[in-house]
Amino acid sequence: MQTTILTPSSLKPEAALHSYIVEAGDSFVLEIAKGQTFRIVDLEGNQAVDTIFYNARDYSDRYSAQDTIREQSNIYLTTGSRLLSTNGNALLTVTADTCGRHDTLGGACAAESNMVRYDLTKRYMHACRNSFLKGLQLWDRGMDKRDITSNINFFMNVPVTPDGQLTFEDGVSDAGKYVELCADMDVLMVISNCPQLNNPCNGYNPTPVQILIWDKNVH
Amino acid sequence: MSAAVPRLSKIRPLVDAPALCGAPIPIGNLLRRALAARRGSCTTGEISMESSLLYSEILPGGATWSHVLKRGTALRITDREGNANVAAYFLNFENPSERFNLPDTLKAQHTARLRAGNVLFSDMGRVLCSITEDSVGWHDPIAGISNAALIEKKYGKTTYQQARNGWYQNARDGFLLELGKYGMGPRDLHATVNFFSKVVVDEDGNMQYVRNNSQEGSYIELRAEMNTLVLLNTSPHPLNDDPEYALKPVELSINRVPTPMRNDRCRTLCPENARGFVLTELYFL
Repeated sequence: MQTTILTPSSLKPEAALHSYIVEAGDSFVLEIAKGQTFRIVDLEGNQAVDTIFYNARDYSDRYSAQDTIREQSNIYLTTGSRLLSTNGNALLTVTADTCGRHDTLGGACAAESNMVRYDLTKRYMHACRNSFLKGLQLWDRGMDKRDITSNINFFMNVPVTPDGQLTFEDGVSDAGKYVELCADMDVLMVISNCPQLNNPCNGYNPTPVQILIWDKNVH
Repeated sequence: MSAAVPRLSKIRPLVDAPALCGAPIPIGNLLRRALAARRGSCTTGEISMESSLLYSEILPGGATWSHVLKRGTALRITDREGNANVAAYFLNFENPSERFNLPDTLKAQHTARLRAGNVLFSDMGRVLCSITEDSVGWHDPIAGISNAALIEKKYGKTTYQQARNGWYQNARDGFLLELGKYGMGPRDLHATVNFFSKVVVDEDGNMQYVRNNSQEGSYIELRAEMNTLVLLNTSPHPLNDDPEYALKPVELSINRVPTPMRNDRCRTLCPENARGFVLTELYFL
């Protein structure tokens, strides 16, 4: 039996500095200052939120899924998980989580990977790595496809079995579930709210998510 | 004249006609190296004129290697002593913004381990290399590579001044240096794999390194489906619990191999791989 521990937050939405709605299929790019806390709310349930983090002072130093999971000896993220960068810096820490586990291995969907995974005709469907690329192009700081690297899939369930199989399962999330992270350094967050329609990662119905941000010392 | 220089017409061709794939092969370079080997001046590796073996060398432990593996050739890596670890990373040499994509590789093949029949996908839906042969059965794609801090914490600090070439190298710095030789940097180093090593995951997601996964003589063969820049590093696996920094050499050999047929084991492993091969073939049209 898998074990999940849920950790609600004491932060009040009305005390948040900002609130944003990110619709499915959109990208969202935001700098988060050291000490700030943000929450991603799965408003309608079963929505994968593909997210990459960068050191805001050096974009070549970015979230590394492999370093993060190896150093915590676990492939899932939940409360207490510390997200490590490729240079070994702590970028953020998960401070609250009412979903229980978040995926580190499934990566982001792309037009090209959809062709491989489902059918060559899927090339023209919208996909996360197109959103990432558009987000980085609009951010206009010289980033490109080389910067689309490890991402987290918040609210997504990609179990690995003891014999080494990897599967995409129905989400363990539900309407109103959320995850909260506190920035350990200034970071750049790049989100693609996943438009995938070919597998159950969004319950075949991609939906909006909410981003709430609280200033430092709010705890 | 009785000069000992062999005439070109007497050199046995390295590649049997007809050419086995569409990609250009640097025959001229190979011939020059073969001639040098006959004259006894080739000291860094061995060039074989026999069968399909084109080249072999020993990669020592704690070292980094790179090579542009041409479509139509395969790289065989053999664990010389047992318990080797070979971190590996792959890029399309012609356009390195296309590189190995670990999630796409795992998702397409529904696996969190690599073995014979699996292929290594790029982020563009194409197959960089196929695992055509493998005597191990489980290669680790999830635990990543060692870095300077990790190596120092586990094995202590070494400097070149004190340890000369016995200093403890790490995979990340090795890969970054090697990428630098091709004009690339940290933005170009994404997720990697570890050949010959095994890490299992339990139902709660906990990761466990498995000792003694590879025996002496174990091997894996990677067939290039594109002209692939292959980077290898033989530093210890980052989760290896041996208190010693063990130097584990591997043998590398490059072979000429036939173009994959319709019934190729990698192509037929799953419909996803078949589509990956179609997209790869499209790239070369």
